[in-house]
Amino acid sequence: MTPYGNIAFFVIIGLLLLPTILLGLRGKSSKRYNLFISVIVLALIFGHSLNGTISLVLFTVFQVVLIVAYQRYRLQQNSGTIFIIAVLLSILPLILVKVLPILGLHHLFGFLGVSYITFKAVQMILETRDGLMKEKISVVELVYFLLFFPTVSSGPIDRWRRFTKDFHTVPSSEDYQKLLLSGINYIFVGFLYKFILAYLIYNYTLIYLPNHTYNYLTPFQGQLAYMYMYSFYLFFDFAGYSAFAVGVSRIMGIQTPINFNRPFASRNIKDFWNRWHMSLSFWFRDYVYMRFVLWMTKKKWLKNKFAISYIGFFLLFFLMGIWHGLEWHFVVYGLYHALLIISFDKFERWNKKHKRWPKNKWTHAIGVIITFHAVCFGFYIFSGTLF
Amino acid sequence: MDQQQVLEMLVELCEDEIIVENPDIDLFEEGLLDSFGTINLLVEIENRFNISVPITDFNREEWNTPNRIAGKLAERQ
Repeated sequence: MTPYGNIAFFVIIGLLLLPTILLGLRGKSSKRYNLFISVIVLALIFGHSLNGTISLVLFTVFQVVLIVAYQRYRLQQNSGTIFIIAVLLSILPLILVKVLPILGLHHLFGFLGVSYITFKAVQMILETRDGLMKEKISVVELVYFLLFFPTVSSGPIDRWRRFTKDFHTVPSSEDYQKLLLSGINYIFVGFLYKFILAYLIYNYTLIYLPNHTYNYLTPFQGQLAYMYMYSFYLFFDFAGYSAFAVGVSRIMGIQTPINFNRPFASRNIKDFWNRWHMSLSFWFRDYVYMRFVLWMTKKKWLKNKFAISYIGFFLLFFLMGIWHGLEWHFVVYGLYHALLIISFDKFERWNKKHKRWPKNKWTHAIGVIITFHAVCFGFYIFSGTLF
Repeated sequence: MDQQQVLEMLVELCEDEIIVENPDIDLFEEGLLDSFGTINLLVEIENRFNISVPITDFNREEWNTPNRIAGKLAERQ
């Protein structure tokens, strides 16, 4: 069963969450009960395929053993080589999932959410390396974090230290009421976005575009209409899903971070990446770009600090691109965004000196319009219709 | 390390005197710091005060104003 895919899923989790809600409203802990229903919901999500279930179990055991082993090692020693090996091992399954189909080995290994679980697992290794994981990690809690069912299929990608804090907090009855209300609110936003707006855009425009416009549009207009409609569809579909994930998490007392913050109102491309698929872009920012730039800065291989930053942007967006799939349009999508960010960064620094582009509501509005169209063109590349 | 030294460092990094005028300004909101600026900040903190702050520990919500950065560094001394 696909999470949030049909009404049956909502009815089932609605019923399963009733005791959670009752406990929460009385100010009592629903931790144990939530662990219990997680097993049921995970079985519903993954149980339809034996291959998928076995893959998921083996994969989870592998990641947990790796994290716990690395943490134990890190308490004694801190070698860079072991750290790199641990990271590579952690992303190895994901690489196999992406590469095996190209080699013609379909369905050998792979299941829903493999990359999102990997993001969390790698995060654990990196934070252990940084010396932030000093306390002993409970295996049950770690598995709950990695496989937290509201977000298991497509995020948002939570952070361990934030998650575990929520997990151990029992909100007072009043606090829980607020959580519950905002959770329900998110779920209804999800219905509006995913099942109404994304559905309508898809069924009334995208299935006809770009080519079957019955001579109402020229081929060029057809492509243009497709570009914008596809961008809106992508937003409402994924923001809708994310709202469900955030809403259900809140009802379970976990304040999963939001994924979208009005991305089409971004005033520049940097602002856009702080508002679009936020948990993913923050993951890449913190664990790829910043680590790479810091490492290069300390090694002093390159004198020019900005060159390091630009290589970092290319690395980030290239990885983000191929993470979507090993296809050319995803690579180009990534490089396109790297170019946008670098160009904007150069402009920003130029403007800091020359002060030609003041900060006011007019420049803000123009910035929003330019960013919107640049971003939509990016989604057009992403859609794969261009090539 | 005192407050003044932290402010001086931030003025140099962000190239803006507003940091001294308003040490409660949100550096990320105002575009004075971004991820690249953060890296330079962490490197400078290590060079000047010999305090090592891991990237993963630099949480934008808690390190967003000059005063807060000074406070966080004082805690770690």
